Amino acid sequence: MSTVFPSRLGVGYSWDNVCAMALDPSLAERTFATEAPYSVSREKIAEFASAIGADPDEDPDSAPFTFPMVVAFALMGRLMGDPDVGIELRNVVHRDERIEQIRPVRAGDELVAILTVESLRAAAGVDMIATRTDISTVGGEAVCTATATLVHRGAA
Amino acid sequence: MRLTEGQQLEARAFRVTRADLVRYAGASGDFNPIHWSDRVATSVGLPGVVAPGMYTFALASRVVASWVGSTSDIVSVTARFTKPVGVPDDDSGAGVEVAGTVRSVADGLATIDLTVTHGDQKVLGMAAAVVRC
Repeated sequence: MSTVFPSRLGVGYSWDNVCAMALDPSLAERTFATEAPYSVSREKIAEFASAIGADPDEDPDSAPFTFPMVVAFALMGRLMGDPDVGIELRNVVHRDERIEQIRPVRAGDELVAILTVESLRAAAGVDMIATRTDISTVGGEAVCTATATLVHRGAA
Repeated sequence: MRLTEGQQLEARAFRVTRADLVRYAGASGDFNPIHWSDRVATSVGLPGVVAPGMYTFALASRVVASWVGSTSDIVSVTARFTKPVGVPDDDSGAGVEVAGTVRSVADGLATIDLTVTHGDQKVLGMAAAVVRC
C-alpha cells in the first residue's frame, strides 16, 4: 500500500501525513447517487423557508437558493455512513461551499443527485474531503451544482 | 435591479436562536449534534452549540436574493466558513449581519463581495455572489 498512497495523493505529501490519514484513499473515487427521486412539495419549501426566517407565503412555489442542500445533505449522510467510510457527523466541520444555480427549485420538481468525492487529503491530523454534488430533475434538466469541503477531525 | 461598481448594498441584521437551529435541523436533515447539544459541541472542542455553516450561508443568500429581487437572478454564491457562530441558549440568540459591496459589473453579471459578521468577527471568508443584473 505504501507505493500506492503517495502516487494517488500527488506530489507534496509526506509519508507522515499519509500515515495520519484515517480514511481509505479509495474514497476519492466514490460517487453516491440518490436512490429515488426527491419530490419537492410546497410544504417542504415552506418548512425550509420558515427555518431560515423567510416568509413562506411570499412565493410558495419557489424554493430558497440553498434548498437543494436538502438533497445534497442526504447524500453527504450516505457518504459518511458508508460502512467503508464510517465518519461520525459530530467530527465533521464544513469548511467551504459553493452553489452554482442553473435555475431555482420549484414545487413539483422531482430531483435526483449524484455526489462525487473529488479529492481527499490529510493535513495536521484532519481529513479534507472535497465533494461535488450535481442536482438535476429526473428528466435531466440541470438545477444546480454544489461543491463543499468537509473537514473530518480525528484522523491522527 | 441596476447595480453599479462600488455600490454598497443595504445591510440586513438577523438574530439566530436555538429554536431556529432546531427548525433548520429538521428542515435540512442536518442533525449534527454540534448544532443542538452543548454536551456534544464542547466534547469536540467547540465553545458550545454553533449554527450550521449552511444556516449562515442561507441567510446571506436570502439577502442577495432581496438585493436583486429574485432567487432566480442568483448565478452562484461562494463562502468559506472561517469562524463559528456560537448560539447561546437564551431568548436573544446570536446576531448575524450581512452586508455587500458590488465588486464588478460586466456582461449582465455583477459580482458582490459579501461581508457576514457575528459581533465584530467575520464568519464567512472570501464570500461572494454572482448575480444577473
